[in-house]
Amino acid sequence: MDIGTLRGVLTAILLVLFLGIVFWAWSRKRGSEFEQAAQLPLDDDDQPRAAAADAGRDNDGEGKQ
Amino acid sequence: MQSATVANESYNDTVVRQFTIMTIAWGVVGMFVGLYIAAQLIWPGLSFDLPYLTYSRLRPLHTNAVIFAFGGCALFATAYYVVQRTSHVRLAFGKLAAFTFWGWQAVIVLAAVTLPLGITQSKEYAELEWPIDLLIAVVWVAFAVVFLGTIARRRIRHIYVANWFYAAFIITVAVLHIFNNLAIPVTLWKSYPIYTGVVDAMMQWWYGHNAVGFFLTAGFLGMMYYFVPKQAGRPVYSYRLSVVHFWALIAIYMWAGPHHLHYTSLPDWAQSLGMVFSLILLAPSWGGMINGIMTLSGAWHKLRTDPILKFMIVALSFYGMSTFEGPMMSIKTVNALSHYTDWTIGHVHSGALGWVAMMTIGSLYCLIPRLFNKDAMYSTKLIDVHFWTSTIGVVLYAVSMWISGITQGLMWRAFNDDGTLTYSFIETVKFTYPYYGLRLLGGLVFFSGMLVMVWNVWKTVADVRPEPVAVPQPA
Repeated sequence: MDIGTLRGVLTAILLVLFLGIVFWAWSRKRGSEFEQAAQLPLDDDDQPRAAAADAGRDNDGEGKQ
Repeated sequence: MQSATVANESYNDTVVRQFTIMTIAWGVVGMFVGLYIAAQLIWPGLSFDLPYLTYSRLRPLHTNAVIFAFGGCALFATAYYVVQRTSHVRLAFGKLAAFTFWGWQAVIVLAAVTLPLGITQSKEYAELEWPIDLLIAVVWVAFAVVFLGTIARRRIRHIYVANWFYAAFIITVAVLHIFNNLAIPVTLWKSYPIYTGVVDAMMQWWYGHNAVGFFLTAGFLGMMYYFVPKQAGRPVYSYRLSVVHFWALIAIYMWAGPHHLHYTSLPDWAQSLGMVFSLILLAPSWGGMINGIMTLSGAWHKLRTDPILKFMIVALSFYGMSTFEGPMMSIKTVNALSHYTDWTIGHVHSGALGWVAMMTIGSLYCLIPRLFNKDAMYSTKLIDVHFWTSTIGVVLYAVSMWISGITQGLMWRAFNDDGTLTYSFIETVKFTYPYYGLRLLGGLVFFSGMLVMVWNVWKTVADVRPEPVAVPQPA
């Protein structure tokens, strides 16, 4: 097999691999796992300091949300 | 507040705070140097005939400062923050993490000293000489060990998509940096690359374009995938798309470098390969942009009141614009017009200011109150002021460079019937003059926003003694 054929085969394998990733990502099985994963940035309760703990240290920013 | 926490384990936010503050400091320094050299292009006398202040020495100082000092510190800070919060574990190897902070600051200071002295390898975005390159390699490997070590210790089984982007950015930049900087030292401050001729050029732009692809894109996409959902209070639009976005982006970016070498002695097939891969890159780039922007679908009203979200969404819009402009400029016939003109400078800045800086600034405004135990930034109104100065600044910059760049290209290629050039070079310089003024104005407006940020952050953090945040108990 010459180098050209080998490169062609490699390209085909990579293309199939990519399509495999697409099908894997959209398979029904991934649904709930991905749904949980997508919540990760929101899960942690690491919000800006809760008002209760911060009452004594309020700042005077004029435009607080 | 989460009630259950892991006993005696808190997040390592010290190193995150250090990198966060230095991001802002280096941003101000790097952008100021940019302003100064933009002014030099209008008033060359500003170098005062001092070799240390010549454009040729300060320009690499500007690029290194904004990319590796401002952008780099932002990536360290957010990577360390995001990997802890999405893995529910303290950062691995605390001392090594501290070393990455001090090591990286040392690299920046060494760059700031050696570049004005004229010590350089003359490789764009890889100017620093071999002793500094060695230090960068050590710090970067330490970064990889800390980041991947934290992922190895994670308490959440799934590795969140932002961490995939950060990991790809860290690993790839290590490979790029080490291979592009292989050189034979002659003296302490002089070395020669082991590559010669066109191979050297190809190595340089394999490095150069992937520095864009992985340092300035993959890393900041990691930031986007955490901070946009965080600030919007909604999960990312499509997690499935984010997975495909990741694999497509990292598979394709690696091959786009040759578009920097169109019409050079690089073999034609390699140029065409670079062009084709650059065109294909549009798909994953826009997939990612759409995924980020659509995260706000159903919550568009938040854009009216939240300037932090405005920063992020406009950043994504600039990302979409420059990832359309980039592939277009990589087409050989377009490149024949655009290359070596100011159009390239405009393209780079709509990416660097519009995408990288605005995503960073938005993420920092989201992050800082959380790091310093505050409800919010000192002033939301000032964030809004910063948003408008940034947006107007980038638009002025990009538009002025489009006009001056395209006109330069057209004037340079204009021929008379007898085959002589229609315009002398100085005529093109004369034409660009007012647009250089407009560019300086755009830079000034953008820079003024950074000063507003410094004030806002100072008022937010000055009176705070930060307290450790406990790691939540696994469910």
